[in-house]
Amino acid sequence: MARWQGQFIRVDDYRWKIPADYKAGMRVAGLIYASKEMLDSMREEQTPEQVANVAFLPGIVGYSLAMPDIHWGYGFPIGGVAAMDIRDGVVSPGGVGYDINCGVRLLCTNLDQAEVRPRINELINELFHNIPSGLGSEGKMKVSQKEMSQLMVEGARWAVKRSLGFEEDLDATEEGGCLAGADPSKVSDRAVKRGMPQAGTLGSGNHFLEIQVVKDIFDSRTASIMGITEIGQVLVLIHTGSRGFGHQICTDHLRVMEQAVSKYGIKLPDRQLACAPIESKEGQDYLAAMACAANYAWANRQCIAHWVRESFSGIFGRSPQKLGMKQIYDVAHNIAKIEEHTIDGRKVRVCVHRKGATRALPAGHKDVPKCYKEIGQPVLVPGDMGRCSFVAVGTEKAMQETFGSTCHGAGRVLSRGAAKRSIRGADIIRELETRGIIVKAQSVSALAEEASQAYKDVAQVIDVVHQAGISRKVAMAVPMGVIKG
Amino acid sequence: MKKAFETIDHTADIGIIVYGADVKELFSNAALGLFSLITEPESIEDKLQFNLKVRSEDADGLLVEWLNELIYFFDAKHLLFNRCDIERLTDNELNATCHGEGFDPMRHKITRGVKAATYHMLKLEKDREGYTAQVIFDI
Repeated sequence: MARWQGQFIRVDDYRWKIPADYKAGMRVAGLIYASKEMLDSMREEQTPEQVANVAFLPGIVGYSLAMPDIHWGYGFPIGGVAAMDIRDGVVSPGGVGYDINCGVRLLCTNLDQAEVRPRINELINELFHNIPSGLGSEGKMKVSQKEMSQLMVEGARWAVKRSLGFEEDLDATEEGGCLAGADPSKVSDRAVKRGMPQAGTLGSGNHFLEIQVVKDIFDSRTASIMGITEIGQVLVLIHTGSRGFGHQICTDHLRVMEQAVSKYGIKLPDRQLACAPIESKEGQDYLAAMACAANYAWANRQCIAHWVRESFSGIFGRSPQKLGMKQIYDVAHNIAKIEEHTIDGRKVRVCVHRKGATRALPAGHKDVPKCYKEIGQPVLVPGDMGRCSFVAVGTEKAMQETFGSTCHGAGRVLSRGAAKRSIRGADIIRELETRGIIVKAQSVSALAEEASQAYKDVAQVIDVVHQAGISRKVAMAVPMGVIKG
Repeated sequence: MKKAFETIDHTADIGIIVYGADVKELFSNAALGLFSLITEPESIEDKLQFNLKVRSEDADGLLVEWLNELIYFFDAKHLLFNRCDIERLTDNELNATCHGEGFDPMRHKITRGVKAATYHMLKLEKDREGYTAQVIFDI
């Protein structure tokens, strides 16, 4: 792949612009949050070109934004944020991605690593057994067609109603675990057929479940409000999305959008950016189907969280409540949402596309749950399995600059092929074991594609968003046990 | 003889470059390329046949639709194919008979999941030796 030859204009140490006159057709400039070193590595691929391409989309306001974990995607870069004015803007399924509402959920415990470490193998085996993972895995729940329609509309509440979780879990979930506007009639039979057997499964690829140990607390007051009180405390992180259900919805609606592009005379530099006006039938149908997939993903993470609690409870012989297994938060990192933002002093309703980016609302914002009103919305940023993950909070600056958005993870640096050529799955398991990290995977060979070396160091990513002021870091945790699909 | 396909790297995903003496062979080889990303094609036995019909607006789109059809068959019906005979092919329609079997976790080692075939960097070209296509998959 050719190096990107364009120019970055330095704003400050962490902000770099691609001017709107970089190429004809850009409606706004691009703005990338990155350190100088990250910027150099971004040039190795056409990622900045994708930031510029997103700026072509009708109705885009502010900037075509890119977070420091940005990497080359298809159409939109992964780590991209774009807000379109709902009056004249478009919605693009590519700006959400195939894995609609891929996201992370973090659970707390009152266990110390000293209690968990001697039983880690037992615990990981129990979780591996209790939570279906891997490709072709089917859920242990049998979801009927009728239940599937309810699940699409109710999201995480669907699971809570079935005693798979607590009411408080919903308060600690973005959108309360249910995105409004879901309409199952806009979802194809194919998507339903793919989705039904996969409800309540972790999946494969970069999805995982991780038992973590708190290693560092940067802001003890904020951390303690979340329930993170001590170094050594054990947390559980769940990373998965809407499985084949969301993939099929994206595929189906991209096909519709392909035609919408010519119907509405939209000029695009890349076919994968296919889109339709937000207010058009095509746009509304996509948003209604996408909400179904978002809700499916929240229900999915809700079920998995319940089985995590069940597994801990079985191993440690105490109820989830006694184990302090409160949900810290659940965030989406592949989603498009209609939100109100202030642009040049005016309140504007925009469709915010976050593709590999996390919502990051400040303290006091109306959509932050009551328990977090004074600290802001928790932001969960998983790293790769060999390093660490961060907990942060949203800030007012994120509202001013990034439509209340921040980074979502580490971001790849090595392709899957290159990772696989440089390291073997079995070696990774051994190497991590020597560092006290137990890994259990359905596919050992696929594990190599997810090796640490394939990712940027998430600590550097967090440093950029923290220094730029679009989030504030709160705590850091390291893995102790990992389950991969 | 030229290879039927080769895999190419793309940061977060994987692509294939497919070759064919004619478009039918190109589509048939693209199916092989896809299943080689999912499992080891040698492990798939010819036990079942399925007739598939796919439509699209244009030839490039038809290739993406075709591969997405196969992904759907794997993900929803757990079918793996090792041979797809393209019987009829126009710029916007295709009929194929696909040979393979149901996924058996004891015999089929799943290498990775494929979410979808994308339009990203999609190419379908004719050259002196035949046809070449490039497709990037979301993994």
